[in-house]
Amino acid sequence: MPTSVLWAVDLFGRVYTLSTAGQYWELCKDAQMEFKRVSAATRCCWGIACDNQVYLYVCASDVPIRCREEAYENQRWNPMGGFCEKLLPSDRWPWSDVSGLQHRPLDGVALPSPHWEWESDWYVDENFGGEPTEKGGWTYAIDFPATYTRDSKWNSCVRRRKWIRYRRYKTRDSWAKIPSKDDPKELPDPFNDLSVGGWEITEEPVGRLSVWAVSLQGKVWYREDVSHPNPEGSSWSLMETPREVAQISCGPHDLVWATLWEGQALVREGINRNNPKGSSWSIVEPPGSENGIMQVSVGISVVWAVTKDHKVWFRRGVNSHNPCGTSWIEMVGEMIMVNVGLNDQVWGIGNEDRTVYFRQGVTPSELSGKTWKAIVMSRESDRSYSGSSSSLLSAGCFFGDEVRGSGTESAPSDTDASSEVERRCPEQLLPEESLDNSQNPKGSSSPDPGTGRTSECTMENTCLAEGKGKASEASCLDERSGHTSTPVELPWTNIDLKEPKKVPSNSAAGLPGTTGLSSLGFFPLGMEEPYGADDHPLWAWVSGGGCAVEAGSMLKWFTVQSGLSPSVQMLSLSITPAQTATWRKQIFQQLTERTKRELENFRHYEQAVEQSVWVKTGTLQWWCDWKPHKWVDVRVALEQFTGHDGARDSILFIYYVVHEEKKYLHVFLNEVTVLVPVLNEAKHSFALYTPERTRQRWPVRLAATTEQDMNDWLALLSLSCCESRKVHGRPSPQAIWSVTCKGDIFVSEPSPDLEAREHLLPCDQMFWRQMGGHLRIIEANSRGVVWGIGYDHTAWVYTGGYGGGCFQGLSSSTSNIYPQSDVKSVYIYENQRWNPVTGYTSRGLPTDRYMWSDATGLQECTKASTKPPSLQWAWVSDWYVDFSVPGGTDQEGWQYASDFPASYHGYKTMKDFVRRRCWARKCKLVTSGPWLEVAPIALSDVSIIPESLDTEGREHSIALWAVSDKGDVLCRLGISELNPAGSSWLHVGTDQPFTSVSIGACYQVWAVAKDGSAFYRGSVSPSQPAGDCWYHIPSPPKQKLRQVSVGQTSVYALDENGNLWYRAGITPSYPQGSSWEHVSNNVRRVSVGPLDQVWVIANKVQGSHSLSRGTVCRRTGVQPREPKGQGWDYGIGGGWDHISVRANATMALRNMSWEQEAHGPGPVCC
Amino acid sequence: MSDDKDVLRDVWFGRIPTCFTLYQDEITEREAEPYYLLLPRVSYLTLVTDKVKKHFQKVMRQEDVSEIWFEYEGTPLKWHYPIGLLFDLLASSSTLPWNITVHFKSFPEKDLLHCPSKDAIEAHFMSCMKEADALKHKSQVINEMQKKDHKQLWMGLQNDRFDQFWAINRKLMEYPPEENGFRYIPFRIYQTTTERPFIQKLFRPVAADGQLHTLGDLLREVCPSAITPEDGEKKNQVMIHGIEPMLETPLQWLSEHLSYPDNFLHISVVPQPTD
Repeated sequence: MPTSVLWAVDLFGRVYTLSTAGQYWELCKDAQMEFKRVSAATRCCWGIACDNQVYLYVCASDVPIRCREEAYENQRWNPMGGFCEKLLPSDRWPWSDVSGLQHRPLDGVALPSPHWEWESDWYVDENFGGEPTEKGGWTYAIDFPATYTRDSKWNSCVRRRKWIRYRRYKTRDSWAKIPSKDDPKELPDPFNDLSVGGWEITEEPVGRLSVWAVSLQGKVWYREDVSHPNPEGSSWSLMETPREVAQISCGPHDLVWATLWEGQALVREGINRNNPKGSSWSIVEPPGSENGIMQVSVGISVVWAVTKDHKVWFRRGVNSHNPCGTSWIEMVGEMIMVNVGLNDQVWGIGNEDRTVYFRQGVTPSELSGKTWKAIVMSRESDRSYSGSSSSLLSAGCFFGDEVRGSGTESAPSDTDASSEVERRCPEQLLPEESLDNSQNPKGSSSPDPGTGRTSECTMENTCLAEGKGKASEASCLDERSGHTSTPVELPWTNIDLKEPKKVPSNSAAGLPGTTGLSSLGFFPLGMEEPYGADDHPLWAWVSGGGCAVEAGSMLKWFTVQSGLSPSVQMLSLSITPAQTATWRKQIFQQLTERTKRELENFRHYEQAVEQSVWVKTGTLQWWCDWKPHKWVDVRVALEQFTGHDGARDSILFIYYVVHEEKKYLHVFLNEVTVLVPVLNEAKHSFALYTPERTRQRWPVRLAATTEQDMNDWLALLSLSCCESRKVHGRPSPQAIWSVTCKGDIFVSEPSPDLEAREHLLPCDQMFWRQMGGHLRIIEANSRGVVWGIGYDHTAWVYTGGYGGGCFQGLSSSTSNIYPQSDVKSVYIYENQRWNPVTGYTSRGLPTDRYMWSDATGLQECTKASTKPPSLQWAWVSDWYVDFSVPGGTDQEGWQYASDFPASYHGYKTMKDFVRRRCWARKCKLVTSGPWLEVAPIALSDVSIIPESLDTEGREHSIALWAVSDKGDVLCRLGISELNPAGSSWLHVGTDQPFTSVSIGACYQVWAVAKDGSAFYRGSVSPSQPAGDCWYHIPSPPKQKLRQVSVGQTSVYALDENGNLWYRAGITPSYPQGSSWEHVSNNVRRVSVGPLDQVWVIANKVQGSHSLSRGTVCRRTGVQPREPKGQGWDYGIGGGWDHISVRANATMALRNMSWEQEAHGPGPVCC
Repeated sequence: MSDDKDVLRDVWFGRIPTCFTLYQDEITEREAEPYYLLLPRVSYLTLVTDKVKKHFQKVMRQEDVSEIWFEYEGTPLKWHYPIGLLFDLLASSSTLPWNITVHFKSFPEKDLLHCPSKDAIEAHFMSCMKEADALKHKSQVINEMQKKDHKQLWMGLQNDRFDQFWAINRKLMEYPPEENGFRYIPFRIYQTTTERPFIQKLFRPVAADGQLHTLGDLLREVCPSAITPEDGEKKNQVMIHGIEPMLETPLQWLSEHLSYPDNFLHISVVPQPTD
């Protein structure tokens, strides 16, 4: 799970964040201002500062927020000067928008706010429908508004071209002021409360947000057009309310609740995708008449509230259909506020102690949770304060802290680290005690000692004594380093921070815009003491809207961690201390010595126990693939025996009875090439292939009654197969990786003669073993760097472990196995036919498809009967209408057509007699494997540079290019064998979203854009990892490209119709090549390796017994002078989806001369 | 880098070269040759000495043969202790091979349990396993297993089948992810210097403050005499499987990797050899 942060504001208005993996509260990076409210989303946080203005904090990301501005230059031909800017009086502006209606001179296009900057100057768009115009971007037409063509014709009277300029949002990781709504004619009405949510109202990836705000006068405002590409939104709109509103809360989905000054709650109704602002309010009465609701917070289907007596309430029965819920339930605990974050997790701030509490045990089935648990993390600054005030902070100690905090865990050994911690502990406690002592006399003299909270009283007294309190609002006291309210017994509305007074110079450090390290210098011992109250942070507001805590996951916020217990270690690919610890090394060393001592000279002794045959038996079901074609119960026995050479071999016997005849079949496990789990809705089965059965496309299929039983058999058989082939441990860096359409991951060790010129190993003899985890795409490189992408677009990096998933125990490595999850959607279609009487209804013609069906219409799929794809998957959402289908939809998600099956469009015409809409439902799978998430950017494609096996060039970091799920092209920096996850992304600007990218061995980067054309990136090199510019390469005629793969020199591309194309004419001086040459059809995926070997996943391959879809195939006869090869060699099949041979640079030795030949006079020299 | 799995293998395949000689007072028909054998450290004497018995019975008259028992330097060897433990405890400082004397007469009733058949060993082994799981998981794991799983554990040990044994035993080594280890660590500490057969107490793998307990923590708590005082001379060796793990080693890790097949950590505290 990637880390995310909880936002909070302390009593002084300072904003802090606490990471889910963190150990302390971190001061917000831009801490120039005090805040009274924050409301966080995943990528940003909105807040109200003490000037009552709204501010927006956009978190920095490797991918910039980028917006395209366009303008059109229009010209008309006249006989005198040809095409010129002189247009007819009736024509459009010479510079206009796309419609021609708006005048748009290039220098008139301004940045929307000071928080944006231009990325570059204006330039002409040369790309016209996937092809370069090659004529300065001009496109021609007979007249304005008309169809434009690429070429000028005799009747082309007008032409136009498009100018493009990108702007970027620049104010990131700092607070940007959002212009006030104030109309100069009216009195200013400052903001009082604010809430962000609504990102789940639509599934569209624009990242739309709902921002609701409340002013001091009790008016409700909605910020228009807030989305990821437009983080600031455009304007405030006033929302009518029946009465004056005090506070508001907006959930991630369609819940919006507000509180009224009188203590009732207002619930917004009618919020949906087309109307995120909702339509009406209804009133919900508070739980009791004497104590009205003070504050409310909503999630996806929960509402929590705090009444004026600080009691906490949970609203029962809230959901999209009934946003008001049914009744209040009182919860334990007294809070000043509660906040519902992601996954309906809940945080609160205690009334007595002002501590942030987390509601433990909130799960989808138990939304009210179990208990409040205090978050005891201290602030980053506290740690350094206590260090400095004890005057004993040595550089070493501080360094120790930093290491733990950032999780890099490079402490030299457990011994040293833990002893250091032990030494530190008493010192940290010391100053606290002394401070308490010094406060007690003051506290007892305070006028209100009854609260028993000496620290805050002290604070008050200090302020009053210094005479700096401003009586602007009785409850509001200025304080030297910030502002606070009197913390006890005041309604929330008074947590109101006034304009900060300029701090006296001697407390400049009170603006803690510095990190812990530099604050050390600012805080001399003597100054800190009066503010000892700081030691225990007192909180005013908390927001979990950006904090992803999965139900049931482990958080480390509740105990102060010390030492290096394994649970504290952050997930990181760096070597864990347990592995480097001296004790561990010592045990390995001593065991080796022991074996030497006790066995070396005695090997001729007889063994006490003789090895014997071991048989495991059991009952399974076996698919009888001839009459009667059904699953039959069988007895199976696995016999394992040890040969004289100590090698292990096994035979699997399957005893079956068909037609009352007892028969058996047997399989030598050393002949098995792959064991594939085949999970479906009902059956736990797996398929077993040998080379012969691969050729037949006819595996042995076995099923177990329970998942556990199947996993046991699968693990045992797989282990036996690996043993008989002596394959174990981590796959080699040259390994070939593949993924099935079920997301299962397989890996094969390439033998040297796999890519031999003669006598090559047929690829149906390759042995594949399964690796834990679930992926859609996998890519590898010969230096052992492997990346994968899940169905939910999450990027994963290989950790070097093996096993996981159903491979537990011996078939799994002890370390480097982590939990992994994946999410995908299941789609069904609702079909309707129009009839003249009732319009569209779910009564079709007798010949029609099912009214609820799959995409083809052949299978009936109703909401109730449709199950997740297999028992591994569980539903995690309800059915929702999918609006993002190709072709577009109307407002209710319908697509229209003249008849089934036909092409659908998103609007109704006279001729449309049928319509359909797509329903989606998300399901989730949880497994484990040697994979770690590379957060936070989701990917749709990835490519790692293929490298030859020589050590040349290994000092460079490993080049990796990727395409994000939004189509951004990215280049990963800092990847090495030791840090396969790399450090950061470099964004490579494009004029349109991309879909596929591939980098060749000589840094040739090719990519495919959404319009189906290809692009070549110029000047990419280790010193210029992102290259300089894109060269547009048209796709093959009438084809849209889908994928590209670049090997040593070869460039192959795949189009949407399954055609494989080879790029001809590539030379060092003209790396773009000259033309596409057709190689084959029937291809689903291509992978070109460092030897220019070409492997594909073929759509359909006919075997002697049956047909297989999704088959691994190798191009045969590929040679330097014949890079397109001659034919196909067919390997494992039946549901394969992806292959990467890009790590395999292993060649048989006798072919070395061939390789030199290839690289000497070859087409491209690196 | 070596994987922790290799430790399990090394532990399982630990062998002690042993020389069996017949006790001088046993009556033989002809001279009994010594018998040399590699004994699995993790197994039990009476489980792996069929060959020894056969070898010596060949030179003896049938009527002189009664229950076999073993002795090393005057100490009868308890068959219900794992072989590796017996060796570490009694003979770790002696030279190899380990010289064991074989007896067929005068069974030392007060020192040894009878071992009428392999069933007795199985019963003893399984009861140890159950006790260990009671400590680790309140018996939940072992009770959830089927009879055939129990059988597989025993057959794995008996036939020296590492895979067969560990395919089941791994389940006994798991613990809930929200915990940092087992409930209690099954361990026994043996000393030759005391009368008490061994020390066994309840000891958790994780301290109240979340810190992992180490081998040193355990010894300080239950057997302080084994620990070398800070300024003192090292007087004792703390041995498991013939090695001396550092006192900083986390106990949970030791329990998962250096336990005997009966799931107990058998720790020997023996005097430091003087040479």
